[in-house]
Amino acid sequence: MIINSKKCVACGNCVAVCPMSAIKVDTEKNRAFINDDECVECGTCYRGMSTENLNPFVIRIIRKIAKSIRFRFEPEPDVCPTSAFEMNELEMPRIIRQIFSDPVVEHKSTGIKGRGTEEVKTNDVRLRVDTGEVGYTIEFGRPGVGVKFYEIQKMTRTFAKLGVTFERNNPITYLMVDLKNGDLREDILNEKILSAIVEIKTAVNMVEKVLASVYEVNKQIDTVTAVGISARCDENGEETMLSPVLDKLNYLHFRAKTNMGLGRITNRIELTHT
Amino acid sequence: MTNSLHRYGNEESFRDDYVIFAIPSKGINDEDSVPRLKEFLRICTRYNPVNMGNGNRGSLAPEKGLNPTAHWKRHADRDWESVIEGVNKPGTVSAVFSTLEDATACMKEIIEANFGLSVNLSTSVENAKGVAERCGIKRHSVEYTLGFNDPHDHLPDSQVLALSTMCGHGMVSFSLSKKMIDMVREGRRSVEEAANTLVRFCPCGIYNPERAKRILEEIIDIKKS
Repeated sequence: MIINSKKCVACGNCVAVCPMSAIKVDTEKNRAFINDDECVECGTCYRGMSTENLNPFVIRIIRKIAKSIRFRFEPEPDVCPTSAFEMNELEMPRIIRQIFSDPVVEHKSTGIKGRGTEEVKTNDVRLRVDTGEVGYTIEFGRPGVGVKFYEIQKMTRTFAKLGVTFERNNPITYLMVDLKNGDLREDILNEKILSAIVEIKTAVNMVEKVLASVYEVNKQIDTVTAVGISARCDENGEETMLSPVLDKLNYLHFRAKTNMGLGRITNRIELTHT
Repeated sequence: MTNSLHRYGNEESFRDDYVIFAIPSKGINDEDSVPRLKEFLRICTRYNPVNMGNGNRGSLAPEKGLNPTAHWKRHADRDWESVIEGVNKPGTVSAVFSTLEDATACMKEIIEANFGLSVNLSTSVENAKGVAERCGIKRHSVEYTLGFNDPHDHLPDSQVLALSTMCGHGMVSFSLSKKMIDMVREGRRSVEEAANTLVRFCPCGIYNPERAKRILEEIIDIKKS
């Protein structure tokens, strides 16, 4: 992401908008700038801010006069008055930041379909998490903190030692060079991203061990984690396997994403006679 | 994807928060799913949604090339039609409701429409159970959130967290939520204007402006008392 210094008028509106607090105003140059190490290329400044196309020269003069008499204009807080943000072309490994941070950008060249996964949202047609199994989504970095891949690798290595099953259709699994050890690609380890989700599943008797591991590893890595944990309901639509375990372990679990079971196969399937 | 699971708040705080979304699955029910996804959204428009999205834009999107008069008179109408017309390939579409009645009535019509798509409801477990029971369906799977682990004290206070986590992709920054709280407290913006500012940053359209307004109103009341 770039702030065009010819356009920027240092109004500071973008400073609060950045989820990573990577934008600041240089008071000597009278321009906003982006800390490239902290920027995760999420596009919030470029896409999320509304824009005007005002003349930067005129706006700077008006702002200078207003500043000299301590007059504060109260603009809309989400508007860039001069459309100063520009999206630049990114290459590997930096592009990985955008893939995992900008929810509206797809990069088919890398083979990764964004950071999201289907989890149990399509479990009624895919049965990723079947009866007796427990699915986990361990999200790193969100909200508002970010994470580097080498920190995620600490968790994937720990999970690998526990013998869990990594979900194959998951962007982090795709970046693993060794599923047995949980190693990620070396060229991306220092890249910072807004968030990533590691997706695994185990038998129900592993819940306590997995959750304890998440907590222990989180203490070693400077970020936040959020755990989603899923199970299939029984024939009566009740979830009676996982919830008692979570109660026993004193985990609050009052909010959930509930798959209502309305999905079915609708694609045409061509049968071949042999 | 919508990423609505990890919204922050206690169980009671989700009384006005119901995110219903439909998602096709590649190779299973994605063929010719675009018209069904559009019809799903059209059904949702009939039950007083407070936001809607197609994964690329919400019903109140950022405006490019504004006229300076916008600083005094800002457009804030929900644009359902752009969200519906913007569905051009298989993907997640969603609608947000602020009452159990609207969410239930909408779910009933979605069930009748029999799209064959996976449909999820993101809210409290009890709310979702209630909707399923009223609609006469059995839940298939549940994904619980266990909340945030924050051993290094990165996260802000509960009000900022509740406002920011309504965009599940983290596009609503803590700083912006804090700024809106301050602007409302100082009387520089109404709760509605502040909520509309926040909702524009959520590109998937799952941000709940009604819940945001309630949270902001509660903050003012706490300040008053």
